Amino acid sequence: MDLPTLWFIAIAALWIGYLLLEGFDLGVGMLLLFSTRKDRERRLMLNAIGPVWDGNEVWLITAGAATFAAFPFWYASLFSALYIPLTIVLVSLIFRAVAIEYRGKGSTDKWRMWWDRALGLGSLGSAFGIGAALALTTTGLPIDANGDRVGGAFAWFTPYAVLGGLAVVGFALVHASVFLGLKTDGDVRVRARNFVVRWSPVALLPIVAWVLIIQFQNGTLITWLLVVVAVIAVVFGWISARAGREGWAFVGIAAFLVAGASSIFAAVYPVVLPSTIDPAFNLTISNAASGEYTLGVMSVVTAFGLPLVFIYQGWTYWVFRNRLSEHHLPEAHIVKPAVAPASSAS
Amino acid sequence: MDPLEIARWQFGITTVYHFIMVPLTLGLGPIVALMQTQWVRTGDEKWLRMTKFWGKLYLINFIMGVATGLVQEFQFGMAWSEYSRYVGDVFGAPLAMEGLLAFFFESVFLGLWIFGWSRLPKKLHLATLWIAVAGSIVSAFFIIVANSWMQHPVGVELIDGRPVMTDIWAVLTNNTALSAFSHTVTGAIAVGAGFVVGISWYQLWQRRRDGIDTVDATGRVVVGENLSIPGRDRKDHSVWIKSIRIGAVIAILGFGALSITGDLQAKLMFEQQPLKMAAAEAACHDGTSFSVLSIGPLGGQDCEDVVGIIEIPGLLSFLAHGDFDTEIQGVNTLIPQYQELYGTNLPDDPLYGERAGQEIDYLPLMEVTYWGFRLMIGFGMLAAGFAALTLWIVRKGTVPQSKFLMGTALLSIAAPFGANIAGWVFTEMGRQPFVVVPNPTPGGIDGVYMFTAAAVSPGVSGEEIIFSLAALALVYAFLMVFEIKLLVKYVRGGVASAMPELGHPEDDGSDPDDPNKPDKRDDVLAFAY
Repeated sequence: MDLPTLWFIAIAALWIGYLLLEGFDLGVGMLLLFSTRKDRERRLMLNAIGPVWDGNEVWLITAGAATFAAFPFWYASLFSALYIPLTIVLVSLIFRAVAIEYRGKGSTDKWRMWWDRALGLGSLGSAFGIGAALALTTTGLPIDANGDRVGGAFAWFTPYAVLGGLAVVGFALVHASVFLGLKTDGDVRVRARNFVVRWSPVALLPIVAWVLIIQFQNGTLITWLLVVVAVIAVVFGWISARAGREGWAFVGIAAFLVAGASSIFAAVYPVVLPSTIDPAFNLTISNAASGEYTLGVMSVVTAFGLPLVFIYQGWTYWVFRNRLSEHHLPEAHIVKPAVAPASSAS
Repeated sequence: MDPLEIARWQFGITTVYHFIMVPLTLGLGPIVALMQTQWVRTGDEKWLRMTKFWGKLYLINFIMGVATGLVQEFQFGMAWSEYSRYVGDVFGAPLAMEGLLAFFFESVFLGLWIFGWSRLPKKLHLATLWIAVAGSIVSAFFIIVANSWMQHPVGVELIDGRPVMTDIWAVLTNNTALSAFSHTVTGAIAVGAGFVVGISWYQLWQRRRDGIDTVDATGRVVVGENLSIPGRDRKDHSVWIKSIRIGAVIAILGFGALSITGDLQAKLMFEQQPLKMAAAEAACHDGTSFSVLSIGPLGGQDCEDVVGIIEIPGLLSFLAHGDFDTEIQGVNTLIPQYQELYGTNLPDDPLYGERAGQEIDYLPLMEVTYWGFRLMIGFGMLAAGFAALTLWIVRKGTVPQSKFLMGTALLSIAAPFGANIAGWVFTEMGRQPFVVVPNPTPGGIDGVYMFTAAAVSPGVSGEEIIFSLAALALVYAFLMVFEIKLLVKYVRGGVASAMPELGHPEDDGSDPDDPNKPDKRDDVLAFAY
């Protein structure tokens, strides 16, 4: 296999890893917007992702940086063409990250309410924007011979962008629900399981539509086989969720994502960013890639680094493997200035 | 609207902002890890309290660094796509290595540290913090490798008009990177240490104001306690006096290291970017004197009217070459050399937009380079001086009751931040008009350089960049308010703000059957969001 192909696979794997791990983080954030008003339940949901969300986000950083390193022309064209949506993604990711850390550090309900909104909307904006970006890199953007977007600041705003955005939002909601079913106990667990059973057929429709559109355009026998695997996985996941087997439900939904997203990446290969103006302007793994030497160096680094990541990130999930219940949460800590209470004499 | 100027402002604002959080993360991390190490080694509770308190502030700040760092990585592609295409073959690699070999360690292990209290064995828990801290320092290394390649490109060949990497080892061991890395890390340690000094001073001062600690006739501290205030027991005093001494010593050592690494870097810069250094001096003519104060129109196209008020003869030569009489070339000597090597006008290429064919102004903004350089050194010396003074003042175990001195101590926290910002603004503005500065030394490759004017995204409009600049600036200003608010709140709470158990020592007489109360079972998390 040549190096650009290997790197195409690596970047697909990084994006899939990102959606697989951060999918439930973003979904939990969105669920905070509507699934419960009780603060302890919110905290329970948040703490289910507490120890792991920041590590999961690194998959995005690494996917972006690896794209820059391995396919600089892809990185430059995609990111500049999607200037406005990526700005929204950045602002969303910033609010989400800060909200997770800061929401519990205030002492008023108002403080928590606003940071919860920031967390929820930040998660929604990130999921939607990243979904739109991924969909557009598989369906195409109006880029010219130099790889620059033509048609103005909103040339990216197409039905595909909306479909991709909804796809990741819907997937994240379902994925977060199977995750909460697996990692929490009490009402949150029951509600999460019910959500999967009732809503996943609707919430997963956009991602299925995206998969099918790509397949009808570019599908091959292998990619259609992946679609079949994805369908089996999602049906299995749904049946498991209904039967209350949360572990298997999680496995099913995760396998659905891996197979479905793989079918997309495999179908568009070797094009990384189609031009909707002229196929001659398509960015492909050959005209967008870095030189052999750079790809070789990066391959060595990745062959060393990525397995390590699997090991220690996997270990984190092992350390925090237990289900979390409300009684595990310490009381919210009110921070007060260290001065003597006004009434009391020391 | 001109996308270039707005994109430059955006890069400057977002980067300077990001680099307020980063040095505090880099500098405070090792200090917290040292404190926890002492706790694991000695079992003395004061070290645990120090770890918890400083660790809490570390985390409040850390998250802002993480969040604003995302912008850094995205905006190369978003606003500087032509730059990304030109340098991608060599510049992307250190960024990807940063993700794979540093950010993952940092984020995953910090998550383990935050939630691992009393769940992981003590030593393993300590190790998670050290690994996270090491991750942050490794990430600083890779990002500085990337930046240093822009300052001084090495390890590439020019193929089809683009630099293509041929030697990763040369890129990673670029002497510019090694000196800038050591200078940046020592600068960050000075920031972390200054932060610890200022806040510890405030705590000691508060204990005196509240009459908890007093001094005897010789001025030596008499430690007291006030159990009605959470955390203000006798041990609390040792937390702060130890912290302030550690902070002051590290700050002084850090400043020593900063002068050495800064000197190394300056010597390299005189060789690699002579015009930057001449602009830092606002020196038109060749000479040997270092200007302490110059007046006149520093930004003028010719610097004939700049008048040196205070100059130290020979010092500039010493900074550049280690002797007192080698002439250092001034701006008027250097500009013709640059014009000869890199042209007098920008190429007639559509990449340059309206600027195609314009005359190139090789002189960086001299107000910025001149004052950036001096503010960096000035703030650094101020911080170091204050740290030395602090060490002497606290020799008898506490700080004076003076509110003015306490205020000065808190303000002094800002000095190392100021030095860091001034230094980076100087070095980044000083390389203009280049985004990738040509390498004039013997290892340099002909043709590997890029003018900033060619780097901006051709397809992106000025309006789009205004939108992102406005959005990010608003969000950043808003979040700065909340970060400072939280830091102040946690500082005012003392150790008890990071250790709730100090608030109610002999818990607690409440109804054990209260269903709303968390269990007293041992599986309650030591920390949760």
